[in-house]
Amino acid sequence: MIGVAAVLLLALNGRIAGISGIAGGLLRVPAQGDVAWRICFIIGLAAAPWIIGAAGGAVDRPALPGGVIWMAAGGLLVGFGTALGGGCTSGHGVCGMARLSARSIAATLMFMATGVATVFVIRHLAGGGA
Amino acid sequence: MMRAFAGLIAGLIFGLGLVVSGMSNPAKVLNFLDIAGAWDPSLVFVMGGALMVTFAGYRLVQRRSAPLFARAFSLPTKRDVDARLLFGAALFGMGWGVAGYCPGPAITSSTLGGWPTWAFRIAMLAGMFIAQRLPARSPMKAASTR
Repeated sequence: MIGVAAVLLLALNGRIAGISGIAGGLLRVPAQGDVAWRICFIIGLAAAPWIIGAAGGAVDRPALPGGVIWMAAGGLLVGFGTALGGGCTSGHGVCGMARLSARSIAATLMFMATGVATVFVIRHLAGGGA
Repeated sequence: MMRAFAGLIAGLIFGLGLVVSGMSNPAKVLNFLDIAGAWDPSLVFVMGGALMVTFAGYRLVQRRSAPLFARAFSLPTKRDVDARLLFGAALFGMGWGVAGYCPGPAITSSTLGGWPTWAFRIAMLAGMFIAQRLPARSPMKAASTR
């Protein structure tokens, strides 16, 4: 479904389905005609659990590794890193890799490596229960 | 109008994929990244599947000269792997390992979690805002070209 959505967005709007780019684009000075589809994409993304619930499906509540401060620290790193690195799991990891972009392949290897390393440090070296 | 509608539908399908696959649950993502512990490899198949569908679909789509609702394809044009890209990706991975959220699942969880998920989303937007306003030629980039 993630792949189908990515292909659909390119076929219809000619855009890469990179969530950090779609959201981040709203923080810049917007070009004309470039705002509504971004907002609608985000509304669709956020409405998905609600649609599944309305259709009678079960949606797990997210189990978080920490409280407000912990999650804010993670969020700051994710936001700063994706804006600096020009993409996230979807933009680099799925769409960019599908285009065989050297930048995306390098970025994906890097964030996978630091993600694994961070979890290793937190869970196995620091002994955190996260 | 059609572009906005296409955005809504693509976002919805993307979000359904994230929820159904479990990517919208940080605990599952952290277990996926925890290869030295109780590793949960199922997200390999989620991302691999998405990648294969996108790989094939993009090739079909790009046989056309333009997308349906826009004048041209808007594809990234940068080619060089620079320090900014690698440093950004490294920080992103660290944040992913701390919180278990990347941007898509964080937005999909808007109606699910409480304050901590909002703390993540607000901090994420703040981080993007700051990074976008850094000078194009940062000290890191200067170091890489020295």
